[in-house]
Amino acid sequence: MIKLTINGREHSVDAEPDTPLLFVLRDDLHLTGTKYGCGIGQCGACTVLIDGQATRSCQMPLDGVGAQAVTTIEAIEQDPVGRRVVEAWVGIEVPQCGYCQSGQVMAATSLLKQNPKPTDADIAEAMTNLCRCGTYNVIGAAVRRAAA
Amino acid sequence: MNDLTPPLLAAASGASTAREPVRNLSRRGFLGAGSGALLLGVGLRAGPARAGGSPAEGAGAIAPKPGTRVAAFLEIRPDGTVRLLSPFVEGGQGINTGLAQTIGEELDLDPARFSVECAPPGPDYAVVNGLRLTGGSFSTRSSFDAMRRLGATAREMLLRAAAARLAVRQDELTTENGRVLHGASGRALGYGDLAEAALALVPRDDVPLRDPKTFRYIGKPVPRLDARDKSTGRAEYAIDIRLDGMLHAAVVHAPHLGTEPRSVANEAEVRAMPGVHSVHRLPGAVAVVAESWWRARKAVEALAVTWTEPAPEGVATVSGAFSSAAMLAALKSSTEPGIAAEQEGNVEAAFAGAATVIEAEYDAPYLAHAQLEPPASVARFAPDGSLDLWLPNQMPEVFQQVAAKVAGLQPDGVRIHSPMLGGFFGRHFFYGPGNPFPQAILLAKATGRPVRVLWSREEEFGMDAVRPLGFVRFRAAIGRDGLPVALTTRAVGEGPIGRWFGSIFKSPVDSSVVEGLDKKPYAIPNRRLDYVKVPHPVTIAFWRSVGHSMNDYFYESFLDEIAEAGGQDPFALRMALLRDSPRHRTLLQAAADLAGGWKRGPFAGPEGGRRARGVSMASPFGSETATIAEVSLEDGEARVHDLWIAIDPGSVVNPSIVKRQVEGAAALGLSATLLEQVVYEGGQRQARNFDAYPILDRTRMPRIHVAIVESGAPMGGIGEPGLPGVPPAVVNAVAALTGQRLRSLPLSKARLTAA
Repeated sequence: MIKLTINGREHSVDAEPDTPLLFVLRDDLHLTGTKYGCGIGQCGACTVLIDGQATRSCQMPLDGVGAQAVTTIEAIEQDPVGRRVVEAWVGIEVPQCGYCQSGQVMAATSLLKQNPKPTDADIAEAMTNLCRCGTYNVIGAAVRRAAA
Repeated sequence: MNDLTPPLLAAASGASTAREPVRNLSRRGFLGAGSGALLLGVGLRAGPARAGGSPAEGAGAIAPKPGTRVAAFLEIRPDGTVRLLSPFVEGGQGINTGLAQTIGEELDLDPARFSVECAPPGPDYAVVNGLRLTGGSFSTRSSFDAMRRLGATAREMLLRAAAARLAVRQDELTTENGRVLHGASGRALGYGDLAEAALALVPRDDVPLRDPKTFRYIGKPVPRLDARDKSTGRAEYAIDIRLDGMLHAAVVHAPHLGTEPRSVANEAEVRAMPGVHSVHRLPGAVAVVAESWWRARKAVEALAVTWTEPAPEGVATVSGAFSSAAMLAALKSSTEPGIAAEQEGNVEAAFAGAATVIEAEYDAPYLAHAQLEPPASVARFAPDGSLDLWLPNQMPEVFQQVAAKVAGLQPDGVRIHSPMLGGFFGRHFFYGPGNPFPQAILLAKATGRPVRVLWSREEEFGMDAVRPLGFVRFRAAIGRDGLPVALTTRAVGEGPIGRWFGSIFKSPVDSSVVEGLDKKPYAIPNRRLDYVKVPHPVTIAFWRSVGHSMNDYFYESFLDEIAEAGGQDPFALRMALLRDSPRHRTLLQAAADLAGGWKRGPFAGPEGGRRARGVSMASPFGSETATIAEVSLEDGEARVHDLWIAIDPGSVVNPSIVKRQVEGAAALGLSATLLEQVVYEGGQRQARNFDAYPILDRTRMPRIHVAIVESGAPMGGIGEPGLPGVPPAVVNAVAALTGQRLRSLPLSKARLTAA
């Protein structure tokens, strides 16, 4: 059994140590807001916060998490920055299919926690998640609104 | 190994072909043709609907025409909110919100009080010309009148029920956002209080509709109903479905489509891996079922499988030597006479008298859908033997029919659940070996437990049905005035309409191969368009804007070649050729106005580099578009700075959603223009994930400016039409900038240099 701290709660998980955190979240802990998209760290749909830092959970083995605090989309509105990001996402109506948007919200929250007033270049640098619906421009607008 | 092949083959193909080696073509033969035949059956069947959990009502037994039986669509809850069972599936296009606006307008209920779900199979929902599908940019335009009428009919039933309840005349009553009011007495009843009595009434078929001048929701940027759930991780997709006792399955497919597992060298070792429940042989695949998906995946990828051999060569099957290059060569070298898809004037005479004749060949590659949600399906057999199936789909009745065959059940023994789609773009029609749900059914049957099959991204890139590779040859005759007098077009290949719906649409010309090449608004007096069928051995698909996704690139690029050969500006030439179509001239001018006026360039960009613009038009799915792109070069690559798109869909329900759909479609079109191609070599797809199949990311996203022109023409589609104009506008801009005419996509194959 491996211990994890997810959204402020401790969990014990029966999985191999090299299991990606993503699949533990989704299949063992039923936190399905975090999405599987590519499994190779390309798309960012699986982004979570680990000690506040946006991390692609498909690339994070279980035994690499240790005592670090994991935050998923399910708890993001408990964070004041995360709540602002969600309100901007809803207000600008960013999502189309929505599948990538959990990861986008997590990436935006991480960015704004570290850099409350990002420039467009900062946004471009931090917001690397893929969106097949092409919502990149409205995502940028939502990040700027959440930062305002 | 638990061999599950015979049941599927027997179920799907009939006993006579069950022992034939499963080549792609034979598989396609029975599953493909079968689906079309089934579709016809479900599309045209009449009879009372079985609308899942919706309340029965007296009028239901009458089985009126699709889209009219109120209780099949609306559940008005005691709190006055409405659950709408939609004929369509939401996959980002905003149809749930549009339906809530349209029905809410006539029902007199704020769209925000609707929750919308995709309805189960049933004839009530066949509102797309007697069929049911979410695709073809059909949803809003096909159902708009029916959904307005449905809302108005429901409102009238509520008024009638209220009149009885209050013992007043119905014409003394009005409604106000979810309440029936009796002005004379000041009494009011909520819709929720009246719903049970109202829905038991027989609907009238002559209820008047609102005057469009009084619309409060239709035509307004009403907020999307799903924005919050999709911004907080609460939206549920097929991949998220979880059932008690559910097992997880991972699969590995045959390296060559149509080959089969022959043997597994290490099955005992794999079965002993942690959490593994069982190992199975499936048609064209092997599967491991386990207690978690990651364990199943590790185990299935550890299997040492020997597969049967593909044919050594040729393009009739996915042979060991099949390649996309060989397929393109086959299309190019076809000498078969075509079938005339369009013919006008006297082409031979026009060419004989022409001042200039030009010719060109264009091609576009196979494309993956690459929707972000990898496909998953969950199957659960009930104790009575019936089946529940959760799966991404754009056509529930067809999936129900095929699932019933796979499961050995009657269709009414299969309950189809259609969750939201994590992107679709055409991915979720029935594509034979391109869908995971038959595997889920077979594995649930074999294990006796609910099973979720999830394809890894790598398996999805291997098995996704692809946009067909296409090839067109043009020849134009140009007069001394620089205007084209004749055009011949030869379109070679195969399209998804012919492949998957051939039994319904029996035309010898596959519309999905020629759309975008035919019915152009340009005044070119002598024309001939030929269709030449050369089948693809791979699983081909609908892909956002279908034939238009490449044909408008071919045609509008060649039109720029005509302009150049005739010494014309491409914008001016289009205006001249549109002399008989004020609608198109208005639209083209609207795009130019949006872009601050037309200029081709090259001209100096704001940062000092050179830029140029390209223009294109398209007539996809009942709508019209005009597109202008502005491009520069960066490190030998085209950099698109701005896209200006004017779209005329006749009229719109939600301008905000329309603009976002156009923007998203344009982004996908740009992605295909710049980056995307599914490449086969040695009979295998080369890219298996986004590292080798790059898609448009933020760094390549241009500014996109959209103008909606509501001409009042019959309502056209929205989900797809923003796409087709983008590839030619960009490629025409590149030609203006570099002098290089790129007749093959994607542009990433070419290194560009300034002229």
